[in-house]
Parts: sequence; structure tokens; C-alpha cells
Amino acid sequence: MTTTQPSGAELPLQQIDRVVIRFAGDSGDGMQITGNQFTLTSALVGNDLATLPDFPAEIRAPVGTRPGVSGFQIQFSSSDIHTPGDAPDVLIAMNPAALAVNIKDLKSGGTVVVNTGNFKDTDLKKAKCDTNPLEDGSLDGYRVIPIDINARVLEALADSELSTKDKARCKNFYTLGLMYWVYSRPLEPTMNWLADKFAKKPELVDANQTALQAGYNAGDIQELFQGQYSVPKTEELPAGEYRNIMGNQAVAMGLVAGAQLAHLKPVLGSYPITPASTILEELAAFKHYGVVTIQAEDEIAAICAAIGASFAGCLGITSTSGPGMALKGEAMGLAISTELPLVIVDIQRAGPSTGMPTKVEQSDLLMAVFGRNGDAPMPVIAISRPSDAFELTIEACRIAVQYMTPVILLSDNFIANGAEPWCLPDLSTFKDFPVTFTTEKEGHQTYQRNEIGSRPWVKPGTPGMEFRIGGLEKSTDGNISYDADNHQSMTEQRFQKVANVANSVPTPAIDGPDSGDLLVLGWGSTVGILTQGVIDARKDGANVSRIHLTHVWPLPNGLDEIFGRFKAILVPEMNMGQMTRLLRSELPSHNFISYPKVTGQPFLTTEIAGKIKDILKG
Amino acid sequence: MTETITKKLTRKDFQSDQEVRWCPGCGDYAILAAVQKYMADTGTDPANTVFVSGIGCSSRFPYYMNTYGFHTIHGRAPAVATGVKTANPELDVWLVTGDGDALSIGGNHLAHILRRNLNVNILLFNNEIYGLTKGQYSPTSPVGTRKKSTPMGSIDRPFNPISFALGANATFAARTIDIDAKHMASIFAAAAAHKGTSFIEIMQNCVIFNKDFYNDTVSKPVRADMTVTLTPGEKVLYGKDKDKGLKITKDGVVKCSAEEADVWDPTNESAGAAFAYSYLDSQPDMPQPLGVFRAVESTIYEEGVNAQVEDAIAKKGAGELKDLVYAGERWKIG
Ligand code: SF4
Repeated sequence: MTTTQPSGAELPLQQIDRVVIRFAGDSGDGMQITGNQFTLTSALVGNDLATLPDFPAEIRAPVGTRPGVSGFQIQFSSSDIHTPGDAPDVLIAMNPAALAVNIKDLKSGGTVVVNTGNFKDTDLKKAKCDTNPLEDGSLDGYRVIPIDINARVLEALADSELSTKDKARCKNFYTLGLMYWVYSRPLEPTMNWLADKFAKKPELVDANQTALQAGYNAGDIQELFQGQYSVPKTEELPAGEYRNIMGNQAVAMGLVAGAQLAHLKPVLGSYPITPASTILEELAAFKHYGVVTIQAEDEIAAICAAIGASFAGCLGITSTSGPGMALKGEAMGLAISTELPLVIVDIQRAGPSTGMPTKVEQSDLLMAVFGRNGDAPMPVIAISRPSDAFELTIEACRIAVQYMTPVILLSDNFIANGAEPWCLPDLSTFKDFPVTFTTEKEGHQTYQRNEIGSRPWVKPGTPGMEFRIGGLEKSTDGNISYDADNHQSMTEQRFQKVANVANSVPTPAIDGPDSGDLLVLGWGSTVGILTQGVIDARKDGANVSRIHLTHVWPLPNGLDEIFGRFKAILVPEMNMGQMTRLLRSELPSHNFISYPKVTGQPFLTTEIAGKIKDILKG
Repeated sequence: MTETITKKLTRKDFQSDQEVRWCPGCGDYAILAAVQKYMADTGTDPANTVFVSGIGCSSRFPYYMNTYGFHTIHGRAPAVATGVKTANPELDVWLVTGDGDALSIGGNHLAHILRRNLNVNILLFNNEIYGLTKGQYSPTSPVGTRKKSTPMGSIDRPFNPISFALGANATFAARTIDIDAKHMASIFAAAAAHKGTSFIEIMQNCVIFNKDFYNDTVSKPVRADMTVTLTPGEKVLYGKDKDKGLKITKDGVVKCSAEEADVWDPTNESAGAAFAYSYLDSQPDMPQPLGVFRAVESTIYEEGVNAQVEDAIAKKGAGELKDLVYAGERWKIG
């Protein structure tokens, strides 16, 4: 079908810098698809953006209930932005439960688009609303735009042969069309996506495209809104070619790239777990890059298969989340003891135990650094955002093969499912780090160390180089040894090797003055929020600097000196202060202030700016 | 294996420089010798051979073989071996495990490697006891086993390793004994000829904690009457004069005359007969079956996995980094 774009000439077109929209509905309402489509289109018009999907752990919680609410927030802007936004300007509530769960977050005076078609008594009851929020005054102070989306979609699809139920399922595209009109976005990208997605079911392509167009037209004709807005493309992002990227997608690509740069075949052993499963799925689709994926029988088998692959001369990889990390502990020790390269991806989620599988937390840090039997050191790298996941994943591969060590790559649910524009790197600038397998017997010992403390790698199948390795303590020649001095020495050598990694990573840069009263230190997915929080605090006169760690173990060189130039170091993190403990034990002479948050939701920039100002006020 | 081995190999070529440290008299010595001799006799390339083991007395095995070896963690050898073999299908992969390693802590992984049917050989040393931890009952110990952790006798019913393997849809399952080098060699040869996971239970004497536990069945005076060897294409007969037969009826395996005895066919698609014979010895007065219970062809995991990679490359072309990164909807700024 062709897309006609009715003129909105009689309505004013206002230019604004940034908007935060939250789509909220039942988990069966397609809110994630709606949000992702809005994201894609906004990226294509050249906005900077950041997203925050928030969905229930249950695949289909009972329809219409509060636990079943699925949300997707996006901030898009014509300037450089760092977060998905604290409070939405616009809330789209597809049912009473979505309204009830989300209304408290809406900016005061914000706009709420309500699908009145889902506000019957039964709907209100399912959402545990005693009174109808549309009538009881609870929405006073917001601009409410009531639309019976259910009815409008059925009208628009009157000629369609689809069942009423199937027609009703197009309501998310009607809603999307409406929002496209309000923010003057083109329909083509979603039209094309639909044509592609339902290529085998033309009737669905037609119905959804009709619903999208009808929603768009409704904005124009029915004067629901006071006008259209335009959020022009940003000029602040660096020049370059961009695509939209989600964290897990970038990790999967980084693993392929890392293996190619190491000249190794990547072999992933993985067991499905939220929110890491998409890494397994993405890599399974990269077979033509030579990727081998093994969906193992459990988390332990997954890491063991990866270790077996590394033993055989490939790059072993395993991906999981917290509960899986706990199960893999013993096998990590085996990789440490046998000194085999391995990349362990941990997409952190709220714990302990099963915790909140779809909510964000950074609480696996100390487990990653220390959580194994024996003295078992391992480098740990933390991804900060979808757009740095690719390069940091390659970095994890580099460290693994150069130092012959397992490496933990920490990400979290916020990065994994969040999206942002990614300025595509110039691949010719990536230096490869090819592995050379040892084939010469002369002077060779299994655990003989080079200048960085790493050992040689021999590939089974090489004639005359047969070796035996295992998890028992060994001496340099690889044979079992329970000798007291040998164990002392081997333990120290393994420590030194991991400590040496710090010499190959840069000291992180300081954002702001390089000395002062307060330094905000972050690691992982808080980067955008901390950046914005610091900017906002500075606007209010705060003299504050910021530093962000990507290599969390070993800590990069130079931190002691940097910290010494600040009176206090504020460490906001989504756990009970794990990085603070790490820093206090490693660099004890500084004043660290812990700022923990464990709600399963990211920090708000207002929280960060507020905390900074409070501290500086003394 | 790329180069042809011209020199005649001997057992010595498969002995590592490490001193073997099992208890004197342990059945493991005989198994090690049998494996080394088998490999020498068949001209196996040590450089292309990998022994993967878990934890336990038996799992020290790789250290004594002059091949590639990986002594891993308790119960996980099948998972590690899955990675080794899938990563490099060219390697000849052998797994060495024990009754505790394979059937207790590693039961899950054993079931799954058998189900996936990787082309590897599994040697399960069954001594019906935990040796390395000094003599606790194991998942194959008979009910009532009195050991340090079961002073009043064990309560739980044991696993029969062959029944377990068949239940996991093993394509090859066989049983042999440490005291019969010739029989072991014949089983190794059958396993090597089999494409897929070859599961071999070796009844093994732990002289320290479960000495001669198998004497009621395999010791010289009783062996002819208390064991029956399943030989493909031959009748299922036992007794000194091979005059006692066994056959399957609707009531299970029963004794019968030599004429009426079943003709053994491990290649039968159905595992039914193999399964019925596998727990024969749990019935009073019945002999313990040795030999090949099952040997059927099926798809091989690592072949399938690597074929999919090759197919994808053939269809889409070998992926390049540029296509990976510069994909999807893109736009330019500046
Ligand atoms: S404890 Fe038993 S199985 Fe272990 S080495 Fe000694 S005799 Fe062999």
C-alpha cells in the first residue's frame, strides 16, 4: 500500500529538543515491538536516543493485570543524550493496569494517551482499580487524551477478512501511527518492516499497515493533539555511519569479531537463561562466520564444553546470568588452573537466587572478581552501554588469548535490552592479535611463562607435543605437584599474570576538572545516567568530576593518584556497595562514599544530581 | 591424522613419563595396560588422541597415557569432551570415568552425551565404590552395602550402568572386565568400529575398599555359569559346556535349552532386547551378561553441528567483519 501523509498544515508544528515517551500495555499488546519500531524510525531520522524496555518475567501474566504490564521507554533528541530519561513526557496506557503502574512516573503536566476501549468494569477489576481513573480525578494535572483505540482499529479494518480478534491485535500499530503523527516521523520504515516481517501472510501486512496509517491519519484529522512536534536530527553526535544496536546483539558481534582477530574458531557453550539467551540465539545465526554453538544440558556443561573447545585450540565462550555464574564457579577454577583462554559473559540481573530475572542490577561484581574456591584470580571487564559492547567484547577476547586466562565480561539487563545509535567503527583500525600455537618441543614447558606471565598454547593434534593438564596443582612442566613451595609459587604466578593485565589497559580519563571536592566513579550501565547527573549538577553550580571504569579487575593503573586529588569519591552502583568495598580494600587511603540502589530500576539523573549537591553542601 | 606412522608402535609409546600411582593390585593397572596395548596394536596416533577424565581414581588415567590428556572436574568429563570433539572432530577422543563420577555427580552429562551421540569412546570403571574419597558406597553399590557412610547398609537402589546408557538412547553399550585382557581388547575394537558414542562399562576391582566384589560372578570357578557373553550372530549360551540358553519371552529373559536360545543381534533398531538383558543379573541365579548389548547407527552430533556451519558458509558465503557490523538499517551523520 502507499503511504499518504495528510498535511497537518492547519496545526502548528513546534520544534522541540527532546521527548521521553513510554509505551505501556499488557504483555500481549506488543509494546516491545511498538517501542522498537519507534526507536528504529527515530534512529533513521537522525535523533540521538536511548531506550529502556521493562517487561515482566512471565511470558504471559494474566491479561489485564498489573504484573502483566510491559513497558518501553525511549528518549529521543536533537542533541546528545545519555539516558532513556527519568520521567516520560508522554505515557501511552493501553489498559487500566498500564495506567496504574506507570502514571506515577509521568512528568507533572505530561500527556497521557489512554485507550478507553479497555476501561470497562471488568478491565478495571482485573487491574484492581476500585474507581475508574478516567473519572475519579486521579488524572487531574495531566493532559489526558482518551481514544477508543479498540473501536478505531475495528473501523479502520472493516474491510479486512481477519477475525475480530486478529484485527484487535493491530491496535499497537494504530497507536504507533498516532505517535508517528505527533512527532512527525515517517511511516516508511515500519511499513517496510511489516511487509518483511509478515511476508508470508499478506493479510497481516495489509491489516497492520492499514492500522498504522489510520492511527497516523487520526492524529491529523481528529485534532486530538494540540499540534505536531518535530525533533530534528541531532548535529551533536560525531560524524559517521550509524546503526541502532542493543547490548546483547553487540556482544554477539564482538565475540565473532574477537575470535576473527585472534584467528580462532569461536565455540559457544550456553544454556538458555534470561537475559542472556539472545546471545546464544544471535551467535547461532552467525554460523556463516564459522561460529559453533552448543546448547548444553546445563550451565556447568555449557562452560565445560567451552573449556573443552579452548583445550582443542578454539576460542571457548559461555554466556549466562547470575544463577548460571554461581553454577559455573568450579569450572572457572579449572580454566584458571589449566590457564586456558575463555570468555564468560554475565548479563547481570537482580538477585539473589532467581531474584528478578528481567530487572537490572550490578550485584555480581564481587562474585565475578572473587567468587571461586581457592585463590582464583581472573580479569573482569564491564560493558557500559550498547555502543561500547562491541569493542569491550573484543577486548575480553584479546585479554583471554594473550594472557591465557578466562575473562569475565559483565553486562546487565539494562544494556542487554537497551538500544542506542552506534557510530560504526572503522574496522581497519582494529589490530588483530593472532594466536600462535606452539609446535616446537625444544625448550618447551607447559607452564613456562613469557614476559607478561602467559603460558604457551599447544593444540592437540600437534605431533610430538602431547601434554596432560588438569585441575590438580602442577609444576611448570605440567606434571602434578603437591610440593609446598611449588604451590606458593604457582599461586603467585597466577596472581601476577592477572595483575599484569593492568599494564595493557589505559588509565580512564577524567570528565571535568582533574582535582576537586568530588569525583563520581561509575562502572557498567550507569554511565549515561552518571554523565547526565553530573552535567545537571554542574548546571546548578556543582564542581564535580566523573570517571568510569570498564576494566574492573585488575583495577587500571593510576587510580590511586587520581583519587588522591579529590576530597571524596562518590560511587553510585546498583548493588549494596560492591565496587565501594573493592576500592576500599585495594586503595584504602581515599574517602569513598557508597550510593547503593537496588530497586531493579536504573538510577534517575535527578537522584545522582541531588546526591552530588547534597555531598558538596556538606 | 596427517602423517602415516611407519614405525611399529609398542605399549611403551603410550606410556607417559609419570609414575603410575594406583594402589598395588588395583584393577586400573590392567585396564591401562590393555588400552595402551590396544592403541599400539592398532597403530593409533598418540598426537591425535585425547583422553578426558573427571575426578576419581580412574580419572588419573590421562596422566599415564602419552597422548593429549585433560583431567577435568568431578562428573563433567562428558561435557568437556563434547567441547573438544565438537571443536575438532578430527581428534580421537576417549573418556575415562568411574561409577561415582559418571553416574552420581555427572549423571546428567553422561545421559546427554549418549543422547547426542558424539563419536567418542567412554570407559566407565565400575568398582561399585568411592575409592579416592576412601570407601563410601556408590550409585552402583547393591542395596545394603555397609561402608563408612552407610554403617547400617545403603538404602537406595543402584543404577545398572548398561540400563542407564540404554535408557539414554546410547547407540553402543558394552560390558567387560578388568581381569580379561582379551575380552577388553575385543570390546575396544568393537567400540572403535562403532561410529557414535561407545559406552563401555568395565567391571574393575578396587582392592582396597571393595576387594573382589565381583568374585561371585567373574572369578574362575564360577565365571562360566555366572556370566554370559553376548556375541553378535551367535546364540546366547553359557555354562562350561555352553549348554544353557537364554531367550526373551513376554515375562522377560528366561532360561531355556541351547536349541531355543536367542541369536544375539545388537544392531536391532529396538533397544528392547538389550534392555531386558542389561538387568538380567538383578534376578537371582541369572548370569551377568558381558559383551556388546547394542550397536546401532545414528546421527553424530559434532558432524551435524559442523555441517550446519559449512552449509551456512556455502549458502551465505564466509562472513566478513564488515558485513557483520555494517548491517541492518543505517544512516549517516555529518
Ligand atoms: S582405592 Fe581402589 S580404585 Fe582407587 S586406586 Fe586403590 S584400589 Fe584402585
